[in-house]
Amino acid sequence: MTTPQTLLDKLWTRHEIRRRADGASLLWVDRHLVHEGSHHGFAKIAARGLPVAEPDLTFAVVDHYAPVRDRSHIADPDIARMIRTLEENAKTHDVRAFGLHDARQGIVHVIGPEQGLTLPGLLVTCGDSHTSTHGALGALAFGIGATEVAHVLATQTVWQTKPRAMRITVDGSLMPGVTAKDIALNWIAKLGTDGARGHAVEYAGSTVRDLSVEARLTLCNLSIEGGARFGMVAPDTKVLEYVQGRPFAPKGQAWDRAIADWADLQTDDGASFDREAQFDASEIAPTVTWGTSPEQALPIDTTLPDPARLPEARADAARAALDYMGLTAGRPLEGTPVDQVFLGSCTNARIEDLRLAAAVLAGRKAKVPGQVSPGSALVRKQAEEEGLAEIFEQAGLDWSEAGCSLCVGMNGETVAPGKRCASSTNRNFRGRQGPGARTHLMSPAMVAAAAVTGTLTDARPLLEGRL
Amino acid sequence: MAGWTTHTGQAIALPLENVDTDQLIPARFMSIPRSEGYGGHLLHDMRRNADGELDTAFPLNRWPEASILIARRNFGSGSSREAAVYALVDAGYRAVIAPSFGDIFAGNAVNNGLLPAQVSESEVERLISSVPTDLSVDLEACTVRIGGADVPFSLADTARTKLMNGWDDIDLTRAEAEHIKGYRDALMQARPWVWA
Ligand code: SF4
Repeated sequence: MTTPQTLLDKLWTRHEIRRRADGASLLWVDRHLVHEGSHHGFAKIAARGLPVAEPDLTFAVVDHYAPVRDRSHIADPDIARMIRTLEENAKTHDVRAFGLHDARQGIVHVIGPEQGLTLPGLLVTCGDSHTSTHGALGALAFGIGATEVAHVLATQTVWQTKPRAMRITVDGSLMPGVTAKDIALNWIAKLGTDGARGHAVEYAGSTVRDLSVEARLTLCNLSIEGGARFGMVAPDTKVLEYVQGRPFAPKGQAWDRAIADWADLQTDDGASFDREAQFDASEIAPTVTWGTSPEQALPIDTTLPDPARLPEARADAARAALDYMGLTAGRPLEGTPVDQVFLGSCTNARIEDLRLAAAVLAGRKAKVPGQVSPGSALVRKQAEEEGLAEIFEQAGLDWSEAGCSLCVGMNGETVAPGKRCASSTNRNFRGRQGPGARTHLMSPAMVAAAAVTGTLTDARPLLEGRL
Repeated sequence: MAGWTTHTGQAIALPLENVDTDQLIPARFMSIPRSEGYGGHLLHDMRRNADGELDTAFPLNRWPEASILIARRNFGSGSSREAAVYALVDAGYRAVIAPSFGDIFAGNAVNNGLLPAQVSESEVERLISSVPTDLSVDLEACTVRIGGADVPFSLADTARTKLMNGWDDIDLTRAEAEHIKGYRDALMQARPWVWA
């Protein structure tokens, strides 16, 4: 009898070309996604005069610096140069590109799955930590640094030490209005931002199986905020239905062969994990971050922590975070006034996210300004066709183009110093949305609720009768 | 990249946990070519006061000669930006000592000759209380030597050999060309849909 294997084992074995005596594996890369930030990697191979080894497996995406308002003229020369450099590198190396004016443009982790570039069983790398997103389709996907980007460009392989296997099991039913984002913020708050460090996380359990593919993308996306470089869900029929017919997905006979090949992509019964964690979905409330690390998150109906009551090691961090965020210990989280909202990013800017936010906003006005930046130009188009864009605009929010935008502030959009933003993004680090910006992470429903009331608010009452 | 085995230098502390890569180098500096140097942007916002002036009390400003940084858990968490490592290296750092590191950061560090030395939480606290001080780091022995005593650190074997040899992965991998070609040929037969 063979030893039962985890999904990680199977994905790893499929891609391992060779293992060195010191334990490092040389892995084959099926999809290498590059973006403007990959300029260091291209510069490194240029310095050696090396070509891109597999241009057909490399895809370039303009997202981090993409302007989301007027695209006809980019005023900032640095931003224009970053976009031009990527487009030129793609051209030089014969790499297919989703450029700024491409009808399929969008955030790399949104368009990979959307275009069918991300498939079960593939190994996907990108010079971006949220590459864990793609694991939602049963791919082995992880973020890499610039030296590794250059390495993948030059060799289509990457050296990597196999991570330990961790399983996060979520069982039970989520309350209406509670989402994959809340599951993620909840486990990160419990286990810490380094809770899954050194591990690849497989999400399992009835709740995860019941999640849509898009919600699983959100869940896997946030793995890195809990320290895991890899997140994954075993592909099931939902995934096959999601993938089938997408532009780059296999067709006809190739499709039949592919699904046969993917059939064993699941953890065998009895396989053992280095670490296990269990959560009960019914206990998860809409969750909001209050501090400057994703682990500083709490259910919306609770009060801000009092550093005096925390263990000493956490107290300093909590005090500094409350201070930076302009919040008072012991006060209720709900009702905290916000200055603006942002709905976007690779975490929560797919069509289901926009639908959920629109369900809260329909027929209501936003009390604070905000930007809605869809995850891709195709999501944008679909949202317009479904009437969602109109709901956002009638509520008074800016309906913008697709890109990373306010998630990272590289395109010139920022939250002003001291301003508080309710955001559907993934990082509440100091200065992430701009120097001095105060970011609260939450689900799209909660962002919409914050827009409607101008404060941090439980979205559930606002969703009553609307789901 | 040159390999190294020992390094002696001044150690200072940034006694914070979760120092993320957005702190190490804010996104707005990331369009700069490496040749311009990233050292001046290391912890750019944290080392300045509200008026944008360098805060002279901030450890990195106070001891600009330091080459070893000691921090609390989960140093370098967050984004995969290798620029965070460039900023440390360009500012003269050779080692960071902390109870834990972000996985991607640790890999990037090793790829640039910067040692992410993982030391127990209690030892880190002890080291923090003794800065500024001269420390010696020994990759062979995996120890930090402070005032005649050795504190062990952990580091993956793969990382250690790479730091000591100054290996360049691309050269190493090009020596594997036959293996890679064999894998690729087999993949084309078995899973042709990979080439979309
Ligand atoms: S949306 Fe934000 S987290 Fe996602 S890839 Fe862009 S910058 Fe990174």
